[in-house]
Amino acid sequence: MTNALTPMLKVDDIHVYYGAIHAIKGISLEVYPDEIVTLIGANGAGKSTTLNTIAGLLKPRSGSITFEGKTISGTPANRIVPQGLSMCPEGRRVFQQMTVRENLEMGGYTRPQNEIAGSLDEMFQRFPRLKEREKQIAGTLSGGEQQMLAMARALMSHPRLLMLDEPSMGLAPILVEQIFDIIRELHSADVTVLLVEQNAQMALSVADRAYVLETGTISMSGPAQELLHDDAVRKAYLGN
Amino acid sequence: MMFLSNLLGGISLGSIYAIIALGYTMVYGIAKMLNFAHGDVIMVGAYIAFCALQYWNIPPLLAVPLAMLVCTALGVTIEGLAYRPLRQATSLAVLITAIGMSYLLQNLALLIWGANPKNFPSALITLPALSLFGGELKVPGTTIVTILANIVIMIVLTTFTAKTKLGKAMRCVSEDRGAAELMGINVNRTISATFAIGSALAAIAGVLLCSAYPTLMPTTGSMPGIKAFTAAVFGGIGSIPGAMVGGILLGIIEILGKAYISTELGDAIVFAVLILVLLVRPTGLLGKPVHEKV
Repeated sequence: MTNALTPMLKVDDIHVYYGAIHAIKGISLEVYPDEIVTLIGANGAGKSTTLNTIAGLLKPRSGSITFEGKTISGTPANRIVPQGLSMCPEGRRVFQQMTVRENLEMGGYTRPQNEIAGSLDEMFQRFPRLKEREKQIAGTLSGGEQQMLAMARALMSHPRLLMLDEPSMGLAPILVEQIFDIIRELHSADVTVLLVEQNAQMALSVADRAYVLETGTISMSGPAQELLHDDAVRKAYLGN
Repeated sequence: MMFLSNLLGGISLGSIYAIIALGYTMVYGIAKMLNFAHGDVIMVGAYIAFCALQYWNIPPLLAVPLAMLVCTALGVTIEGLAYRPLRQATSLAVLITAIGMSYLLQNLALLIWGANPKNFPSALITLPALSLFGGELKVPGTTIVTILANIVIMIVLTTFTAKTKLGKAMRCVSEDRGAAELMGINVNRTISATFAIGSALAAIAGVLLCSAYPTLMPTTGSMPGIKAFTAAVFGGIGSIPGAMVGGILLGIIEILGKAYISTELGDAIVFAVLILVLLVRPTGLLGKPVHEKV
């Protein structure tokens, strides 16, 4: 599916530190328009750190990140969102004390007021469950519903690239299936997706390409189907 | 009748505490810090109103907006210069900076206005006392204005945080700063706006306080500041209705305690009640229980 020659997102040799800890040791990756790319790897490999750095929550000490030709490394998160790049963070992090509707409205914070209503309708169509719960306080939703809300909230900014951090974490298998169905649907709706997952099986089956992270570096990359059948990957991440 | 008059006095004093406590609680809720210089912003507001009336011949109706404007600028400046550089620092560093800022403001006031107490003019609130029950109960004009001001502020602030874009952004930052950033909210600007609102309220509180107790000195703000902080904790720090309830209850307890138990022990009673409440409900009266993330 790499149908364009210029990458939408280009991460070039970034190094990220938490204080003295060297968490990301020179990661480079690319996402092309209309792709689903996944980062897989063990706990602590640096998957979330990579996403948080791209989103602007963390600053790389060196290296560069370019989104649609513009350098975004060093730009604060709140100014990256309006450029068309949004993230659904790990652990969902919906605003627990706000209603479902308010959460969605906050997702559209950077957009003109007159476009919000249309996007809300769109989200309620895609996630009918959220429409049912429109006036409910987000903290009272189930885990699966909160994940849907978090994804819908990230979509409210109308991103061209959506980053999803562990969307299946802590969810029952049936809900995991549902979440991945939604990711496929998004993809057919022209949203490029960069997905971080611990559930490597599911991630590789939905993705076009994948990168394998190991202690802050990329140890392997390639078409997802190839990695899915690679012996080393199967052994390390798929449990057989 | 005596009791009713004391009760009204308590509500009035409590209303002032509540207005100050709102500044503490909003800043705590959103910036996660205790701004101990908040009490001294009250004092600055009172001095500005005092100068406006006494020296600059500004009409009373304009003196209060002027004091609010100056305090807003002061609050935003303090936040930008002293607290913003410490955003990633430990909470202890921020706390000590806030205490330092409090002393700085007090001493600047000492330099500018001197140590001698000023007599705050009564020209500001000209509402006559209200006579009830055939003159048996006299409600001073300042009491009426203070209670009304408190009610108006409460309604405006509640509507503001519930309905406006900035108000909602404040609630987001208060709940999860990182997630708020991911929505595209400028966290620094939101925190600045919180200080602006809190400081404007401090100016109002300063004027009301000095209209009821007309002695103005550089330390005028510090005791009400501490009591309002107590009120905020009492009501549940971070909660706007909590600040309101905490403030009013504290005022009532203080005045009734002074009237019926002991004048000298009035303040001690206030703080004893705080300790009792915190023993039973560590998050305050209306505070939300803290959820520890696993």
